[in-house]
Amino acid sequence: MFDRLKSILAAGAVVIASLATPALAADAVIGVSIPAATHGWTGGLNYHTKRTIDRMKEAFPNIDFVLATSSSATQQVNDIEDLMARNINALVVLPFESDPLTEPVKAAKAKGVFIATVDRGLAEEGIEDLYVGGDNPQYGTAAAEYFKKKFPDGGKIVVMRGIPTAIDNIRIDAFNAALKDTKIEVLDMQYANWNPDKGFEVMQDYLQRFPEINGVWAGDDDAALGAIEAIKQAERKNVTVLGGSGMNKVIKLVMDGHDMVDADIFYPPTLIIPAIELVTMKFATQAPINGRYVLGSPLITKDNAAEYYFPDAPY
Amino acid sequence: MTDITATSTGDAAVSPSRTLAGIFEAAGPLIALILLMLIGSLMSDSFLGAENLSNVFTRSAIIGIIAVGATFVITAGGLDLSVGSLSALVAGVTIMFMNSAAEVLGPGWQLVAAGIVCSLVVGAAAGLLNGVMIVKGRVEAFIVTLGAMGIFRSIITWLADGGSISLDFSLRDAARPIYYGQVLGIAVPILVLAVIAIVGELVLRRMRFGRHVAAIGSNRHVAFYSAIPVNRVRILTYVIQGLCVAIATVIYVPRLGAATPSTGLMWELEAIAAVIIGGTALSGGFGRIWGTIVGVLILGFISNILNLAGFVSPYLNGAFQGAIIIIAVLLQRDRSQG
Repeated sequence: MFDRLKSILAAGAVVIASLATPALAADAVIGVSIPAATHGWTGGLNYHTKRTIDRMKEAFPNIDFVLATSSSATQQVNDIEDLMARNINALVVLPFESDPLTEPVKAAKAKGVFIATVDRGLAEEGIEDLYVGGDNPQYGTAAAEYFKKKFPDGGKIVVMRGIPTAIDNIRIDAFNAALKDTKIEVLDMQYANWNPDKGFEVMQDYLQRFPEINGVWAGDDDAALGAIEAIKQAERKNVTVLGGSGMNKVIKLVMDGHDMVDADIFYPPTLIIPAIELVTMKFATQAPINGRYVLGSPLITKDNAAEYYFPDAPY
Repeated sequence: MTDITATSTGDAAVSPSRTLAGIFEAAGPLIALILLMLIGSLMSDSFLGAENLSNVFTRSAIIGIIAVGATFVITAGGLDLSVGSLSALVAGVTIMFMNSAAEVLGPGWQLVAAGIVCSLVVGAAAGLLNGVMIVKGRVEAFIVTLGAMGIFRSIITWLADGGSISLDFSLRDAARPIYYGQVLGIAVPILVLAVIAIVGELVLRRMRFGRHVAAIGSNRHVAFYSAIPVNRVRILTYVIQGLCVAIATVIYVPRLGAATPSTGLMWELEAIAAVIIGGTALSGGFGRIWGTIVGVLILGFISNILNLAGFVSPYLNGAFQGAIIIIAVLLQRDRSQG
């Protein structure tokens, strides 16, 4: 039975191969290299990337796109090399890590490819033509400022770190720096990988370990959702939870006046949209594009939450 | 593995030698767990509190139920790497099913029951698919389930558009007791794990099916010539694994009410590690469910202690976990033959 299945499959492969016609020559090919959906934020990133590419393709049929999603920095280096082999004219890249990606992107630049980096910069300055990013230090600072304002007379907080990466370090360093010489006491920091399940477990253990916790910085909205459930289960009262990044479910909680969550920090995966659009414009309409475009990380509260609420997005 | 060594480990399992080394080998995982709990109680005052123990047992129930299924698969000489992805897929499909069935069934126990049936069907079907590909298609279990791992993970990512699939807030109250509820003061997931572990232990050690599983894991050809229905038993182990994943998912979904592409990441390794820590042979032929449960608890308590004590730099948590896992297995190996 399996022999027959095999021959059917082989025949199918031949048919498909003959149907695949060589791609029509486009005016420009834009390569897009982003991390695969390893947690909620990157999931949103993938969603918005695909959506933007589809829209741009429809609007400008003479521009072609090649998307590569990578699950590690090493794989991203390989993917960029593969994109180069397809003769791309521009590269939109959200680097997994700054250091390992610097050389391959530099090599692409040397071949005359227009470079746009998103979210994270490269380890060397002056490689990219366009930078579109969020403000990671401000992300950590905004969290610190929030707790300072929330607990002017001092308070005990616990912190969940993300996936061990450069951006996590930058945020935490800025957070620690802003809390230096204040009355806010950070009881402990553990990695929760920006993941709801891990956030739930880490929070359960924090609650066992510390009889008094005033606030939690979960570092990310996914982890915050886990933390909220753990606090609810332990029936602890008066614990303030702050997440970050602007997941629609959490912004909804802020809007509705949740008893634990009254704010969020904006750091949306939608920042890939302007990057792809700007690069497309450069090739489609010869618009002059270069420089830096930095999206702020403001604090979202009940007053301005509606502005940041996208009910239909997956993140 | 040759027939002779297979038989000797089999014998040792049935009637453990009365020497000290033999006792150590038989009770190794239990000794490791007791040592770990001693360390935990020294590190933190809250460690032995009823609430903390209940937390860790409840959390461990999810991996524990999956690991019971993995014990069957591994004892029969197989391997299933797809369980983590399958959990995510079953969770996602079940949530989508419940959200859309809510209009017909209303937010009551009927809906929860329908959700449980849905996840059992999906889990069993996926297990059957794995089993048939491995046994009838004669593809290595590693390859089939590695492929399935990628396929299931991609399907859930695609269904969720890369984001998360959430149970409607109006339905959560009906499902919530499955994770957070208690019967006679014991959390429901712990009871479910206990029932599944006891049934699993009886089936694997006391029933004909379980003996067939072990015989096939020892030597598939000898089992075949002994008139054991090798193919059917092997496929059934994967179906059992799929059902266990489904039951674990039923407990997982009410916890946070959502499935994401990162749900169940690395669960397959945790489940396999628990099985081996518990004393089941990775090469098959011998398995014990109680050991698996002890293995799951060891894994659960390690991360709990690291979180509670906070004395290790979080950068090094993985190293401690790794070291304790190796020591736990080291304790129970028979080294008398060099």
